[in-house]
Amino acid sequence: MTTVTEKADSGERLAPGTPLLEVRDLHVEFVTRDGIAKAVNGVNYSVAAGETLAVLGESGSGKSVTAQTIMGILDMPPGRVTSGEILFRGQDMLKMSNEERRKIRGRKIAMIFQDALSSLNPVLSVGYQLGEMFRVHQGASRKEAKAKAIELMDRVRIPAAAQRVNDYPHQFSGGMRQRIMIAMALALEPDLIIADEPTTALDVTVQAQVMDLLAELQAEYNMGLILITHDLGVVADVADKIAVMYAGRIVETAPVHELYASPAHPYTKGLLRSIPRLDQKGQDLYAIKGLPPNLLKVPAGCAFNPRCDIATDLCRTEIPALHQVADKDGAELAGRRSACHLWKETLHG
Amino acid sequence: MPDQEKYNAADPLAEAGTEELEMPSAVENRTFDLGTMEAQSLIKPERLQDHPEAPAADERVEARSLWQDAWRDLRRNPIFIISGLLIVFLIVMAVWPGLFASTDPLKCDLSKSQQGVSSGHPFGYDNQGCDVYARTVYGARASITVGVCATAGAALVGTVMGGLAGFFGGWFDSVVSRIADIFFGIPILLGGLVFLSVVPSQSIWIVVAFIVVLGWPQIARISRGSVITVKQQDYVTAAEALGAGSSRLMVRHILPNAVAPIIVVATIALGTYIALEATLSFLGVGLKPPTVSWGIDISSASDSFRNAPHMLLYPAGALSITVLAFIMLGDAVRDALDPKLR
Repeated sequence: MTTVTEKADSGERLAPGTPLLEVRDLHVEFVTRDGIAKAVNGVNYSVAAGETLAVLGESGSGKSVTAQTIMGILDMPPGRVTSGEILFRGQDMLKMSNEERRKIRGRKIAMIFQDALSSLNPVLSVGYQLGEMFRVHQGASRKEAKAKAIELMDRVRIPAAAQRVNDYPHQFSGGMRQRIMIAMALALEPDLIIADEPTTALDVTVQAQVMDLLAELQAEYNMGLILITHDLGVVADVADKIAVMYAGRIVETAPVHELYASPAHPYTKGLLRSIPRLDQKGQDLYAIKGLPPNLLKVPAGCAFNPRCDIATDLCRTEIPALHQVADKDGAELAGRRSACHLWKETLHG
Repeated sequence: MPDQEKYNAADPLAEAGTEELEMPSAVENRTFDLGTMEAQSLIKPERLQDHPEAPAADERVEARSLWQDAWRDLRRNPIFIISGLLIVFLIVMAVWPGLFASTDPLKCDLSKSQQGVSSGHPFGYDNQGCDVYARTVYGARASITVGVCATAGAALVGTVMGGLAGFFGGWFDSVVSRIADIFFGIPILLGGLVFLSVVPSQSIWIVVAFIVVLGWPQIARISRGSVITVKQQDYVTAAEALGAGSSRLMVRHILPNAVAPIIVVATIALGTYIALEATLSFLGVGLKPPTVSWGIDISSASDSFRNAPHMLLYPAGALSITVLAFIMLGDAVRDALDPKLR
């Protein structure tokens, strides 16, 4: 990993391949009445400018909590970050003051939320909400802000933007609302966008449109994109690499096509098998047995062991490290890691 | 897995003005474009906004916010129209009583004490020989002033205190809530008897201040709860994630969404505050003569109700109508702003 010592506000684009954001050994837990729920247990990932990282996982795997921690919108309390670093252009955001972090939010790192209807303020027109970005961060006048809002709506291809700028969120269809959310996130041309399940609330045809738009704009602005999702189908076309999360840990990372072709973790394998397919008519759908672990009592050893078909005694006692994955001849596969004691068996046999 | 290049070429979004229902394969021979049709049907004619009363307004799909929706509902509600007209009438009466009564309510002739209706004096005379009609008209000013000012004050203090408590939570919330509880626990009449009887001044503003002090906790509770609900909405998190600061979050994103229940409670409270002023004046601790107030008149008329009922009936009737008008308005506003009751 290259260490970036550039100042966060230098405004320069980093060379491709240099990590824009790096999460190092992040631990987040929630204090609840029943005890401490460890939502994130040592997550590491990085994303470079122009790169798309997909974070995949079931509900409760800690993928959204990690994103909220990066954005600094985690409710604290009950949440708290116990250790770790979040380096944005080499600077640890967890050590910044609230004011410094607020300046990064929206301007350098922006977020797209899952449900665009509930993420847009119902009493303000979309034009106002888009323009607000410019008024808050750039001190634009009302008129300038409105003009820029129309421009943005055009960019995300909302038909008749100039007429619709004064409309309210409920007057737009789901897909258009999500495009408005994307426009808001893009407004200040941030370096990094975190999209938390951006297409979950949309129907399939619109999902593809929204993902394509996002991918296209990302390429145009050379932004980093962290795409959080539980939908394997969404990921396939747009992501460069995938990090699969389970019970607050990353269990496998891989370039997207390799992960689909040859998963190196039993959990990933199970996820891929659970995708419904058209040629499966009449057959039972595969499901990973059991339930995701209770975060208050994560099983000893590998958190996945109670649901795993090939678990051994080692899996029940020792937490597997994130092993570098190699092919059959022993050559290391770039970017591929698996947190499974039995990754060789899973991958090759 | 589809080839990325090919997929982009068939991207339905590449054509501006398309939306939703199109599958990538439909791009080549497009015979209809639901998206554009949808968009055009939603385009709001500019002129309708300038003339909301235009007859065509209801047939078209207009751009409407919660407030515009509520206003549209209110305009069609007969209760709102009746109470609104009554209130406008009462306010005009309070501001320009001379328009309605040519007699001076303080110019009395003891020789006419308790006399009934005579020419130019449609409501008769009271104990002091003052014109009951003039006093009823002039009494509106005290009632409306107390009602409006006390409500405005209580709503302002209550919204700010409750809103801040709800927004910041923690110890600040606990302190504000406990202070509110203390004021909430004071019985309003007992408090009035004790507090107002020791205050030497008899100005209308003392009564207003007293009602504000005892009335704000009710609004504060509503506003705190409402702010807590709104604060948890996704759009507040989203605004925060896009860099809005605390003050912008509060004023622009939380307050407009939290204010509806506060308006409802405040409108209903206005009626009760007017009744409260009359009650305090009746008990002799509210407004004092020479201020003209319905409460004072009711109080002085109650002794000789059987001999001269007109002295009591007119101010009491005026008071009832005023309170009723404001409570009806509050009900209508609540119906319009609370979609769950529709």
